[in-house]
Amino acid sequence: MTAAPVVSVRGLRVYYGTLRGTVRAVDGVSLDIGAGEVLGLVGESGCGKSTLGRGILGLLPDGAASKGDVIYGGRNLVGMSEKDLRRLRGPDLGLIFQEPMTRLDPLMRIEDQFQETLEQHEPGLSAREVRKRSLETLGRMGIPPTRFRQYPHEFSGGMRQRIMIALALVLRPKLLIADEPTTSLDVIVEAQILRILADLRRNFDTALLLITHNLGIVAEACDRVAVMYAGKIVEEGLAGDVFAEPAHPYTRELLRSTISLDTKELHSIPGAPPNLITPPPGCRFHPRCPDAMAVCPTKEPVEQHLAHERRVFCWLRGPEQAIPAGGTSPLEREEIAVAEEA
Amino acid sequence: MSTPAGMGPSGWRGARRLAGVRRAFAPVAEARGLTRSMLWLGCAITLVFVAIALFAPVVAPYDFDTFEADGSRFAQLEAPSWDHPMGTNVQSTDVLSRIIWGTRTELKVVLVSLLFSISIGVPLGLLSGYFGGKLDRLLVLFMDALFVFPFLLLAIVIAFLLADRVGQGILTAAIAITAVYIPLYFRVVRNHTISIREEPFVEAARALGARPFTIIRKYVFFNVVQNVPPLATLNAADAILTLAALGFLGYGIQPTQGAEWGYDVNRAVSDAASGIWWTGLFPGLAIVLLVVGLTLVGEGLSETMNPVLRKRPTGTVDFSSDSGSEAAGS
Amino acid sequence: MAAQGTSLRQYALTRLALVIPMVFILLTLVFLLMRVAPGDPISAALGGRVPKEEVEKLKAELGYDRPVYVQYADYLASVVRLDFGEAITDRRPIGDIIKENGAATLELTFYAMVVALVVGVTFGLLAGRYRDTWIDGGGRLFGIVVYAMPVFFLGLMAQLLFGSYLGWLPTSDRASPITQATIETHTNIYTIDTLINRDWGAFVDSVEHLVLPAATLGLVTAGVFIRLIRVNVIRTMKDDYIEAARARGVDERAVVYHHAFKNALVPVITVVGLTVALLLSGAVLTETTFNWPGIGRTLILYLQNRDYTAVQGIIVVFALVVVAASVIIDFVNAYIDPRIRY
Repeated sequence: MTAAPVVSVRGLRVYYGTLRGTVRAVDGVSLDIGAGEVLGLVGESGCGKSTLGRGILGLLPDGAASKGDVIYGGRNLVGMSEKDLRRLRGPDLGLIFQEPMTRLDPLMRIEDQFQETLEQHEPGLSAREVRKRSLETLGRMGIPPTRFRQYPHEFSGGMRQRIMIALALVLRPKLLIADEPTTSLDVIVEAQILRILADLRRNFDTALLLITHNLGIVAEACDRVAVMYAGKIVEEGLAGDVFAEPAHPYTRELLRSTISLDTKELHSIPGAPPNLITPPPGCRFHPRCPDAMAVCPTKEPVEQHLAHERRVFCWLRGPEQAIPAGGTSPLEREEIAVAEEA
Repeated sequence: MSTPAGMGPSGWRGARRLAGVRRAFAPVAEARGLTRSMLWLGCAITLVFVAIALFAPVVAPYDFDTFEADGSRFAQLEAPSWDHPMGTNVQSTDVLSRIIWGTRTELKVVLVSLLFSISIGVPLGLLSGYFGGKLDRLLVLFMDALFVFPFLLLAIVIAFLLADRVGQGILTAAIAITAVYIPLYFRVVRNHTISIREEPFVEAARALGARPFTIIRKYVFFNVVQNVPPLATLNAADAILTLAALGFLGYGIQPTQGAEWGYDVNRAVSDAASGIWWTGLFPGLAIVLLVVGLTLVGEGLSETMNPVLRKRPTGTVDFSSDSGSEAAGS
Repeated sequence: MAAQGTSLRQYALTRLALVIPMVFILLTLVFLLMRVAPGDPISAALGGRVPKEEVEKLKAELGYDRPVYVQYADYLASVVRLDFGEAITDRRPIGDIIKENGAATLELTFYAMVVALVVGVTFGLLAGRYRDTWIDGGGRLFGIVVYAMPVFFLGLMAQLLFGSYLGWLPTSDRASPITQATIETHTNIYTIDTLINRDWGAFVDSVEHLVLPAATLGLVTAGVFIRLIRVNVIRTMKDDYIEAARARGVDERAVVYHHAFKNALVPVITVVGLTVALLLSGAVLTETTFNWPGIGRTLILYLQNRDYTAVQGIIVVFALVVVAASVIIDFVNAYIDPRIRY
């Protein structure tokens, strides 16, 4: 990375407090996103990617707490006051949600929603200015000005998502986090949305974190990709490279599970995602990893840098010195009984 | 899952039913904070009244219509004193005793009418909701019409009409109150039954060939019955108010059958002009207190069992348990 | 896209069509109820006080000697004509009763509703917003206690306090005898009529007489609103668009007031409709306590005199009013919430 990243995350931990214990949803994540760059964040449901996205913006629900560093514009977003964070949300930080159907106030016209957002952050704007900017951004999303005064329920899901994106973009944020923006939309609409998101980097130079569980989207729209499992990043690198030659067994298994027109039989990863209150010791993937070694349950893997800006957390990739004698032999374990799997 | 050794089929089913009921009411145990205090306070108040009602003969100094003791008649409209902590009313009866005996009357009538309302309204709602069809539509129209009508007016009219036929008294009041609240249970149970009926697990049971009554018994009933306790307690609270209102208007029980708080307040209205406050204040406070108690329980229950309102209790976040290896900065 | 005017009209027509079966059932119910009592209404009302021949004459005149189904047909026909006949005991036309006493009740319930809304909405919004704080606890307790108070008890206490002890306000009747004698009625609603007549003294007088009954009835009804609005505010604050607005940096006050409260109040309109029934019940009690010459007290008086015809007429009017109220409420609902029209 040549230029300084727009946002720099170091050792971010987001934990939820519940009656049964502390859920370690995000457990020590570090990554950078640069201007005009699209970083894809993939993983299974429940791996913590949504929490990570919200944790970066400080939009956490009651009972959650975060620790670590999220450096943006020279300041640490973690621990910043709610007031300061609120000022950043909109003009600097943006979030696009998953379900567009329920994300707009049903009693407010689109026009008013834009007005509210713009007035909040740029109170000096004239009504004409507000209208001009709103229509311009909406226009880029393909929403005609004639529909400016309509209510949310008069739009389809795909259009509502475009309105949401427009609302997020009207203030030209430098960092945009898209949390599964196309999951609840059909494939054609999905393609349109992705194209819009891809345009962002060209037109606005926005840094985009694209959270999804759909590998296809990542391959299509992202520059780099980070793979997440059980609250930790297991692999990160250029999208093309990671998909062509996955360095981590989990990434490899994920890719193999993807269904395409060539798929002859279904492949799945045995077992289920781990309990995040008491995660497995050592490498969290070891109970389900087909290539697990003896060392894997004992120590957490150390970050390894590979060629072409690739990072991976796996004992298979070393470092050799850190592995004790006999650690590379295959892991002995009992067969997972089929009944216990569910 | 294998059946634990030693548990025959009936034992197993019994334990499962108990577990089902316990599971249905589990959220109550999770209640925290304000909701919990409400529940406890409400239960305490209600239980005190229930105890008073049960032990009335022991607790009350006099009978509800005693106007003399030891040969001498009580003073009329005597202010609260050691002999009569709540004073006496215009008929020289002890106000405190009337309050205590009145508790019995209120709870008796309300309990009976509640039981009847539930045993008519709930099954009707279940059947109507599950089977639908013409009967359902008819029942719904009928119940909605009743529901829309002001409770009290309906009760008054029914009480008034029955008074001619059956004669005034506890039975009339109870029937009037029963009739008024049946639509409430019917409606709630029916709506819930309809939404459960569409659930995938019911559909699956049907696909497996289960008979309708089996489905209702095993799946629908337990889900739907969760609605009843909050509804019943709030209903009881409302019923007490309705009964008191009937008593106030003169359509409640006969003075010879027992004491009733609403009736007492009515008698106290004329006392007010002379500035006599104890004949009206105490019965009124009794009504308020009992209704508040029941409402607290009802509100507490509906708050805990309503999934929208339920607040997931959060524990404290503990950052100390680090595994140690945080990724170093690149 | 259909013009909004037509769909509102369509909705109106459908809604009105649904009303007819309900009204029909109510009317039939009333008819049957009145026939449950033994004997005929005339004897019941006048028997023993009036010579037998007169009773028989009246019976024939009013049609009580004809078969039941003929009476039923007559009854329905007269309702459609809005001709409710006369009371048996005092030969007062029911229509007049409705006009005069009905107006009194309308005045009372209107102001009571105002009180209920103001108190209820305020406390409900606050309790929901500051959930689980002392504001919430206090507001809810207030609502519960106030609802638990029988209207007649609160009225009695109010009369004792403000009437007997403090002597600030009158405790019975609608207006002082002078006002009653000299008022020029147009609508029979004293507060309006006195203003039309520009009779300020009489206006003040009628307001003074209104304060205690309206406040009592309104306060007791407020409890219903507090409970409902609180629940709605809590529910609304969890809605998705609230989170989305926060993600755009909209400040908390705007989020709460413009989004949450507005959405939370939408169902209130429905409850206002349901509360009409509650108010009518309460009106009966309030009018009896305060000797307010409304239709509720009139009903009780006729009941005591066993004047079935009057009772039947009044109850039919009650039923029609309640049904009309619910239709109007649905209307207003559809107008406010654009989603309902479709």
